[in-house]
Amino acid sequence: MTIATSTELICFLVLSVVVVAGALGVVLLSNIVYSAFLLGGVFMAVAGLYLLLNASFVAAAQVMIYVGAINVLILFAIMLVNKREDLKAIANLTTRRIVSGGVCLGLLALLVRVVVTTPWSLPGPAAVGEEATARIGEHLFTDYLLPFELASVLLLMAMIGAIVLARRDVLAADVVTGEAADQGLIEKARTPLLLERRSS
Amino acid sequence: MVSPGLDLELSFSQAMQGFGLSQEVARLLWLPLPMLLVLVAAVVGVLVSVWLERKISAAVQQRVGPEYAGALGVLQPLADGLKLLVKEDIIPARADSILFTLGPILVVVPVIVSWLIIPFGQNLLISNVGVGIFLWISFSSVQPIGLLMSGYASNNKYSLLGGLRAAAQSISYEIPLALAVLAIVMMSNSLSTVDIVNQQTGAGILSWNIWRQPVGFLIFWICALAECERLPFDLPEAEEELVAGYQTEYAGMKFALFYLAGYINLVLSAVLVSVLYLGGWGFPIPVEWLAGWLHQPIDAPVVQVITGSVGIMMTILKAYLLVFVAILLRWTTPRVRIDQLLDLGWKFLLPLALVNLLVTAALKLAFPVAFGG
Repeated sequence: MTIATSTELICFLVLSVVVVAGALGVVLLSNIVYSAFLLGGVFMAVAGLYLLLNASFVAAAQVMIYVGAINVLILFAIMLVNKREDLKAIANLTTRRIVSGGVCLGLLALLVRVVVTTPWSLPGPAAVGEEATARIGEHLFTDYLLPFELASVLLLMAMIGAIVLARRDVLAADVVTGEAADQGLIEKARTPLLLERRSS
Repeated sequence: MVSPGLDLELSFSQAMQGFGLSQEVARLLWLPLPMLLVLVAAVVGVLVSVWLERKISAAVQQRVGPEYAGALGVLQPLADGLKLLVKEDIIPARADSILFTLGPILVVVPVIVSWLIIPFGQNLLISNVGVGIFLWISFSSVQPIGLLMSGYASNNKYSLLGGLRAAAQSISYEIPLALAVLAIVMMSNSLSTVDIVNQQTGAGILSWNIWRQPVGFLIFWICALAECERLPFDLPEAEEELVAGYQTEYAGMKFALFYLAGYINLVLSAVLVSVLYLGGWGFPIPVEWLAGWLHQPIDAPVVQVITGSVGIMMTILKAYLLVFVAILLRWTTPRVRIDQLLDLGWKFLLPLALVNLLVTAALKLAFPVAFGG
């Protein structure tokens, strides 16, 4: 085995362990902030896997979009509404956990079956490496033009929706019901951002 | 036609093979060398800019500045660093110790990794990755996570507010920054930093991108200052409002990491401005012309060494000129308010960057000769 292939193997193993362990942490940890930070770690490791597959543009895009935008957005949402209140105990928690664990294991079994039975070594086109950036652009503006444009329209709709929701105070009537807007709802009582951590 | 230039890796590899080592072992031995060199260069760059900051701020305020540590106080940054190194490392009792430690690391690592794409010459960079400048943009988008992490982990309202402000600022200025870079990329038909510089080397100073992208240059510079949290955009650590923002609870080496990240980022941004708009390693008069006038073959080893050194000198000179401007700006401008900052980012720079991109695209179609068709 040459140095290059063994390095690749080591990188692959480390990244896979990070992805699997991180993803388990995201789901199983009770502190939601840890889950959010671990999610960022998982996204980074996935970007590393893309790099190993010689897809550097996709890797950089993965870091920028998933880590730099989506994960930061999640963190923002958690930190701005972090109230650390005690949630009501859910009835039959153990049963619920067992059932959801069973569903997840079933999904895992299905995926494992797909991985094992699919013939992965298809004689596809050779990897393009550095040319991939230009190739992606070509595809986006020729045969994938419609999904590309639809995605941008979808994002525009989401943006307009967010503006309408955020600027309710300037609208005289409620957007949904058409009644006069209740200005009292907008000025909510503020709760402190950080409550004292319980001494444990 | 661009000359191949010096290829140190090839020479090193050949020398090692002369000692009877295989090609792979030679490559393995070579790999850490440029990384170490760039890391040392980045840290020395920080020391120099800290000294410049102290001296220039003193000059602006008609003081003398540091003068006892070494001649003209050149050793002062070293003394600062040493002081921070031996200071007690305090983790507040109710802070989250894991995230508190991880935060500064996450801030400093992406900045250092970004030096990967900084070219000092045709072959004088760690790795000529095809997605070059895009890699830098995506790495710089990781930084807000470290800031949020350290702001949150400090368990302090000033830290949390500072962290949130830093992240908001970083996100909002990343978009016009990326759009300004996109206009450059459109002109040079490549994301690689080497190609971007090569596209500007045709006629020396006249072919630099700053003449074709003056608006983009200003947008990029403003956004880079905002990304570095330099005054007038240093809101995340505005002393009068937030104590020191996300850095409030930090002491010793962890604080030094923030400090280091800030200055490395400043030097990095200055180098990138010079790469994108000021011709990178290019001399104002192309070295090929100079060699031609002196009747020297451009491929001769001596000429190659000289052009390589000139390239490194020009990169450093341009970068430090911009660092000087940034320091002068810091000590002469007042801080903006957070709403003014976000207004400037979203309502002025973003539309301006979009218009700049559109105009560049139109000019590229209309005058493909001048705008890299």
